[in-house]
Amino acid sequence: MKHVAGRAAAFWVAALVVLVVSACARPAATPPPPAQPKLRIGMVYDVGGRGDLSFNDMAYAGLSRAAQEFGDRVEVKDLEPAAGGENREELLRLLAGEKYDLILGIGFLFTDSITRVAKDFPGVKFAIVDGFIDKEPNVASLLFSEHEGSFLVGAAAALKSKTGRIGFVGGMRIPLIEKFEAGYIAGAKYINPSIEVFSDYAGTTGEAFRDPVKGRELATAQYDRGADIIYHASGGTGIGVFEAAVAKGKLAIGVDADQSLTARPEQRGQILTSMMKRVDVAVYETIKALVEGRFQAGVRTFGLAEGGVGYAVNDHNRAQMQDITARLDELRQQIIAGTIKVPSDRTQLEAFLTTLKK
Amino acid sequence: MADLVGSLLNLALLASAVRLAVPILLTALGAVYTERGGVFNIGLEGTMIMGTFFGAAATHAVAQALPASQGPLASMLAPLAGMAAAMLAGVLFSLIHALVSVTFRVDQLLSGVALNLLAVGLARFLNILLFGVATQSPGVNGFPPLAIPVLRDIPALAPVATGISPVIPVALALVVAGQWVLLRTTFGLRLRSVGENPHAADTLGIDVARLRYAGVLISGALAGLAGGYLSIEQGRGYLEGMTQGRGFIALAAMIFGNWWPLGALGASALFGYFDALSLRVVAVGVPYQFITVLPHIATILVLAGVVRRATPPAADGIPFTKEEG
Repeated sequence: MKHVAGRAAAFWVAALVVLVVSACARPAATPPPPAQPKLRIGMVYDVGGRGDLSFNDMAYAGLSRAAQEFGDRVEVKDLEPAAGGENREELLRLLAGEKYDLILGIGFLFTDSITRVAKDFPGVKFAIVDGFIDKEPNVASLLFSEHEGSFLVGAAAALKSKTGRIGFVGGMRIPLIEKFEAGYIAGAKYINPSIEVFSDYAGTTGEAFRDPVKGRELATAQYDRGADIIYHASGGTGIGVFEAAVAKGKLAIGVDADQSLTARPEQRGQILTSMMKRVDVAVYETIKALVEGRFQAGVRTFGLAEGGVGYAVNDHNRAQMQDITARLDELRQQIIAGTIKVPSDRTQLEAFLTTLKK
Repeated sequence: MADLVGSLLNLALLASAVRLAVPILLTALGAVYTERGGVFNIGLEGTMIMGTFFGAAATHAVAQALPASQGPLASMLAPLAGMAAAMLAGVLFSLIHALVSVTFRVDQLLSGVALNLLAVGLARFLNILLFGVATQSPGVNGFPPLAIPVLRDIPALAPVATGISPVIPVALALVVAGQWVLLRTTFGLRLRSVGENPHAADTLGIDVARLRYAGVLISGALAGLAGGYLSIEQGRGYLEGMTQGRGFIALAAMIFGNWWPLGALGASALFGYFDALSLRVVAVGVPYQFITVLPHIATILVLAGVVRRATPPAADGIPFTKEEG
């Protein structure tokens, strides 16, 4: 009797494992052959996947807008990599093997895998968001001028700060995130050269983008040191930054998407604005170009001029922002016109700061 | 120099250290129970993951079911349900470990590793099922924070006297209770006896398997609670990967604490302190990389210096087979 019970239990454990493993695999369903061949567009998300309320969800928004608008011409499919993202190349190959017309990889982590897969499938077009690939004839690189958008929210923070101290919390310490930091510091110092900017990173691995506990402690420490506004460029870690802002009654600045729209109601009042990185625009424009037969390989940068970056104004922060939007728009025009050259890394930032002191 | 001492000992840093220590402490306390009973449970990291997910999901569900409820009692209900769900999830999840390693006598490390893998997949699967997305639950509200009556009115003490999660005093009480249970109660003595010498315990008529089940399930409940604290109190929502390996650090804290609850408290406090320090020390001429490496150096020094002399339960990790005849 005891043995039977044991076997039954073992069976259920095994069944559970099989269930979970098969649930994670999510095989791509083969679509039925359409009467008229539609353009088939595949997308593979960054680590974190849908529901991150920022980067990946923006990409999804662009994809679904295109699917809606060109519904009779395109067919879309989106896939999420495993938790660590290690199967992203497999997913790309899966889509390429099924002869998709355009495959988008969301995030700089796709740089190596798209370069490899694009070589193996020269007939398929690829696009990568945030990754720089300029040598492949079938890959479009969609880059953003995050430093320009960060300059504007840095200026906003300096205009709004009462303590003369502000902060920055980055996720993983990589050049891409340092670009946000450089633009932010430049914008703040442009408005107030004597402002003090605290700067911290959550770590040096991809894990640093999903550690809200650390984000909260880093932000709390900066608030304790007198900062009254903190800008985060740290993915899910930023949830902790918002929580610290709620606990301390201070302000925070969101990133990628308009985060006050998706934050918990308690956090909303603490989000001064968000640096918008319009991944949705880039994805949509790329699909549109394909549909209209003018897809181009090579690097394309979405900056302030192209509407690729900016700052968010919505019903929740309009009252707080209204006295500074005129000044920010003025700065925006100056950046577009080229009168302000926004630094995009540490070295350029140093040079930029010396020009301010004169 | 005064600056350095000030930055090493200020109250805000201590408050941060306590917040960071609690999830490690709760899981380490759980690990003490399971290993005192003679079962390794390396699956506590996965058990914590289950706690983070079910804690946030249940808090969200209860908050949804109670719209427009006001008052301090109503606002406690959702996080309370979340904590209960996190503990229950931990118990059920560790039941798999007990079944596999106690009843079937499979290698306990293998079972634990399998559970850690299972937890990652299961949390993602359930999150997609419930919330339609892979890696994040909707945001939730935690408990209203506590403040220590008289002390909160002294501005200098504000960082430590206000904004206290109710889970923190509960965790401390559980440590004291754990020490008492293991030292002074029949259950505690029997649990330790099956971890030291299950054959001797068996000849005295003690049900070894049942006590080992109890140890494993208690560890599951505590690791689940730690997960619930992470997602409900600290993260205000579940996020994939938010445990960040704290379940493994907790195992180190348990060993460093020499398999005693009070020892685990000391070890967790030390880990929490160095963690907080690495996030807070203002780099005055100290390279950034050095500061981030501090907690790890502390761990190595501690393991090399103290753990050498640690004495694990004699039958820890050895499956027990009842001798027939």
